[in-house]
Amino acid sequence: MQFEFERRITPSRRVMLAVPFITIAITVVLSGIMLLIQGKSVGLTFYAFFIEPFESAYSISEIFLKFGPLLLIAQALAIGFRAKIWNIGAEGQMIMGAILAGSVPVYFTDSSSIFMLPAMIVLGALGGMAWAAIAAFLKTQYNANEILVTLMLTSIALQILYYLLLGPWKDPMGFNFPQTVMFQDAALFPPIIFGFRLNYSLVIPILFTIFAWIYMEKRFGGFQLVVGGLAPQAATYAGFSSKGAVWKSLLIAGMAAGLAGMSEVAGPIGQLQRSVTSGYGYSAIIVAYLGALHPIGIIFAAFFLAVIHIGGDIALVSADLPISSVHIFQGLLLVTYLASYTFVNYRLKPNRANQEQMEGA
Amino acid sequence: MTPIEFFLAGTMSAATVFLLAALGELVAEKSGMLNLGVEGMMAVSAAVGFVVTYQTGNHFLGFAIAGIAGILVSLVFAVVSITFLANQVATGLAVGILGLGLSALIGKQHESLTITPPGTLNIPILSDIPFIGPVFFQQNIVVYLTILLAIAISFCLNKTRLGLAIRAAGENPKAAEALSYRVKMIRYGSVAFGGLLAGFAGAYASTIYTPLWADGMIAGRGWIAVALVVFGTWKTGRIFLGAYLFGMVSLGELVAQSLGIGIPSQLLSAMPFIVTIIVLAVISSNGARLKLHAPYALGETYDGSEPR
Amino acid sequence: MHEDQSSLLSLRGLTKIYGSLIANDAVDLNVTPGSIHAVLGENGAGKSTLMKLAYGVVPPDAGEIYWEGEKVDHWNTSIARELGIGMVFQHFSLFETLSVVENIALTIKGTRKELIDRINDVSAEYQLEIEPDAMVSSLSVGQRQRVEIIRCLLQDLKLLILDEPTSVLPPQHVRALFDALRKLQDNGVAILYISHKLEEIRELCDTATILRNGKVTGIIDPNKKTAHELATLMIGRDIPKIEQRQSANKSEAAVLKISNLSVTNPDPFGPELKDINLSVFGGEIVGIAGVSGNGQQELGRIISGEDLRKDLPKSAIEILGQSVTDKDVTSRRDLGFSFVPEERLGRGAVPPMSLNQNALLTAFKDGMLKNGFIQNNAVSQFTKKCIDDFKVKCSGTSATANSLSGGNLQKFLVGRELMLAPKFLFMSQPTWGVDVGAANEIRQKLIGLRESGVAILVISEELEELFEITDRIYVLRSGRLSPSLKTSDVTPDEIGEYMIGETREETAHAV
Repeated sequence: MQFEFERRITPSRRVMLAVPFITIAITVVLSGIMLLIQGKSVGLTFYAFFIEPFESAYSISEIFLKFGPLLLIAQALAIGFRAKIWNIGAEGQMIMGAILAGSVPVYFTDSSSIFMLPAMIVLGALGGMAWAAIAAFLKTQYNANEILVTLMLTSIALQILYYLLLGPWKDPMGFNFPQTVMFQDAALFPPIIFGFRLNYSLVIPILFTIFAWIYMEKRFGGFQLVVGGLAPQAATYAGFSSKGAVWKSLLIAGMAAGLAGMSEVAGPIGQLQRSVTSGYGYSAIIVAYLGALHPIGIIFAAFFLAVIHIGGDIALVSADLPISSVHIFQGLLLVTYLASYTFVNYRLKPNRANQEQMEGA
Repeated sequence: MTPIEFFLAGTMSAATVFLLAALGELVAEKSGMLNLGVEGMMAVSAAVGFVVTYQTGNHFLGFAIAGIAGILVSLVFAVVSITFLANQVATGLAVGILGLGLSALIGKQHESLTITPPGTLNIPILSDIPFIGPVFFQQNIVVYLTILLAIAISFCLNKTRLGLAIRAAGENPKAAEALSYRVKMIRYGSVAFGGLLAGFAGAYASTIYTPLWADGMIAGRGWIAVALVVFGTWKTGRIFLGAYLFGMVSLGELVAQSLGIGIPSQLLSAMPFIVTIIVLAVISSNGARLKLHAPYALGETYDGSEPR
Repeated sequence: MHEDQSSLLSLRGLTKIYGSLIANDAVDLNVTPGSIHAVLGENGAGKSTLMKLAYGVVPPDAGEIYWEGEKVDHWNTSIARELGIGMVFQHFSLFETLSVVENIALTIKGTRKELIDRINDVSAEYQLEIEPDAMVSSLSVGQRQRVEIIRCLLQDLKLLILDEPTSVLPPQHVRALFDALRKLQDNGVAILYISHKLEEIRELCDTATILRNGKVTGIIDPNKKTAHELATLMIGRDIPKIEQRQSANKSEAAVLKISNLSVTNPDPFGPELKDINLSVFGGEIVGIAGVSGNGQQELGRIISGEDLRKDLPKSAIEILGQSVTDKDVTSRRDLGFSFVPEERLGRGAVPPMSLNQNALLTAFKDGMLKNGFIQNNAVSQFTKKCIDDFKVKCSGTSATANSLSGGNLQKFLVGRELMLAPKFLFMSQPTWGVDVGAANEIRQKLIGLRESGVAILVISEELEELFEITDRIYVLRSGRLSPSLKTSDVTPDEIGEYMIGETREETAHAV
């Protein structure tokens, strides 16, 4: 029998809550099949992926270390996605945040001023915002597609970083490695627990999550963005500025991504180097969707993806799994999520013509 | 070959990657499907094409299987966005991420290996003409075939019933359906064709243009192909010109190095992206013209339902 | 199975369900060869759904379809067309960026030259002039209808289905259409004609099947019934009449004044507004008549401020004596301007949002915000009052906009705007797709509002409606506005002449 989708009059809340779990279940099955094809042990790999990250205090702290930037960027991207502003370049905004924040310890290598870290926070936010502002400006003034512009800006940001690392900012004592000096303690977030990499930068994503929840659920500004995403004509009719929505979405995301980049260089990395982003800018897109673009949902999604990242690192060693498996798993998650989400707005209805055929037979 | 001949000949080769991928995306977009997974489709096919060619030594086989790989990845996009009615933008991104991961896995055992590129097809007589010969007529056969393909696609879209059906599906799917065109099938076909050409583009990149495999080697060229369709305002001729322009820009790094110009190499590497942004802004600023040429239903999910 | 041979198309017990709405409930319909058969019913009765079932655009959920006495399984558009059925859609199924001949080539086989010849033959025979090489986007609504009819005529046609074909035509062109249809009938083609206009059906049709709430309420000969009887079958009671009265307290100064407004259209095929002069006074209802596509959309957006042009002279648009030419939507609303657009879902309301959220959409300055925080209590009080006062049928304040029927959503939107106590109300197509009951309530509200001194501007395609409620009428054609005409001094035919642009100056009752 064939089925067709029929639009529901009101989206199903029940299905909406079930979708993340269905998505994870299907993705696990699909990746299990892929593991079998590769001749890997499914049990061992999933054990490494989902259980081992919780087996030591250190790896639990590492989960939270990854959780922070994923949460921060995903919350901000979700705001834009609900307004249908497709900022795909959080990666680039993160790099620019890291570069601007990193300029402080690079130029003031000996300073132990208590203003060091606050200055880096401000510059990190501004760096991300400035980079996102280019896309916002081109979108509002020249109607240039923000997907392509933010992506291209990411590639450009990467080249700027490479230029600095190989040129003016290169650590003179660094054996010619493309990296800056290690930052002094004044330029680093203090660890929450001594000996672990988890640090107080985690406060930023938590505060930002509260902001995102209030903004999207309680504030008229958030409402205006959502209207613009759902029905742009209704937004124009009501007098909500579409250009304003572009600026707001991109600046918020730029700020968050910039702060995330700053937190990385002022946290676990402790310097500027070629990979300051760990791909968080792309992973956050998946987090935002998996969390149904909702501030609360995103908390769980960010945690889940943080576990996957740590699990992937562990599986790399204990199950000899290539690192690309984590990317594939993430891609599968998003693909499955998008297909499953259809059932929120549609229900399956048997195609009558075919049904008749079956009955006739 | 003189440096200038070398540069122009290289332009044609570099442009072929962009042109193949952009032509495929054009057909998909004409049917109303905005497939942003081009980068991922190209990456997978580049890996597959390289591995097959490396293992068999057969370039033709490498191309063919890379094309099939491109189709398969594009079908993931098609199933989710056409059958499961998911947002095309998000689905394209998802497929892009998935494709990049898959390509790394597929090419893992062949990282940094190289193969011998196939010889060029020197067109008799013409290739002996000074300057013009080495530039235009001593290319790989794929370069010539791609140009022929561009002409064929232009003809098909504008002059045939098939092209009419594709355009109808992208213009007003509901009306096309009412005239008994099977919009979803047309879109499946167009997306798959886009996948095939993205597959060829990937294979060309990894087995002919730079015959080696390195993770991330597509390096944004799939995205530039997507941008090229906008630059060309959905017209084959302009897309062709755009592809050749970008072929030239992407060689800037080589040229500057060979001429010993003291520009940071990073600036030259970033050049294609900078140019993309500028051209995109210039072309898009005329919103009315863009709207006039863009398929009317581009990027809209077609669920076939009737509004109540 | 063989059935009555005299039947051409026979629909038996067709049922179509959309979600919780039963659009067609076991509908029977029998069309005999060579007849003109009407399907009569008001907005929302299920006429269009029935036609889509008949043409195979959507499959029925239950029921059978017979053609010339034979049951046909898996009915769909290609079978329907092969058998000789053609359909002219209400919202045309043409492709804007293709030419007339390309559009026709989508369904009719043959080389380009053959098609052009056949198009010319048919258009000569039925006096339906058309330029085969013209782009559809450059055609008027009436010409597009001709393309659709010609497309049907080029196939081996036995039955032509027309869905509300006169809603896009001025009165004079309706006659030409009817002539062509009668000629078709003489050539042996049966016609299935959908309409909600009683007079048309009495003039043209042999038989009428009447639909109400998705069910057949009668199969009658329209010429043997009075309008009253038809109306009773159609809506279950008499069509209520609105008592026509002249406005009593017209204000001294114009509330809306548009002077020498010319606006270019970024869409190269869209109409441009040329030298528009228009005024609306407090305590009167002014109508803008004309076929859609002549600049109604563009004018509407310019008046509302959704299309803001900074390059217009300051005096172009004035509300209550103030220039608002360069003021955005919000500043115009602050002056006491309210607007109900023609698209309710997606423009007037956000489809998947609740009525509460849709109230917030434009009424947010009505005490719903405190320092930018949404005051949910104030919002739901407003929404509740709107639902009660305007008798909106819905499941409550959290019902989504797209769960309401067209009529109820329109009542909600009108209610929302009226609760803001506007000094100037602008409505575009106030009763499009609205059932008779709701349409009547809305018109009554407008007249009540006029009595309280509000200035009201109405754009409408329905001439009857404008004659019922307005004091003055302008006609919009090709982006130009006619002089102001006093409603009580003009006839529909005179308005029709302005609509097709054949006005002799001396007959115009300019005021």
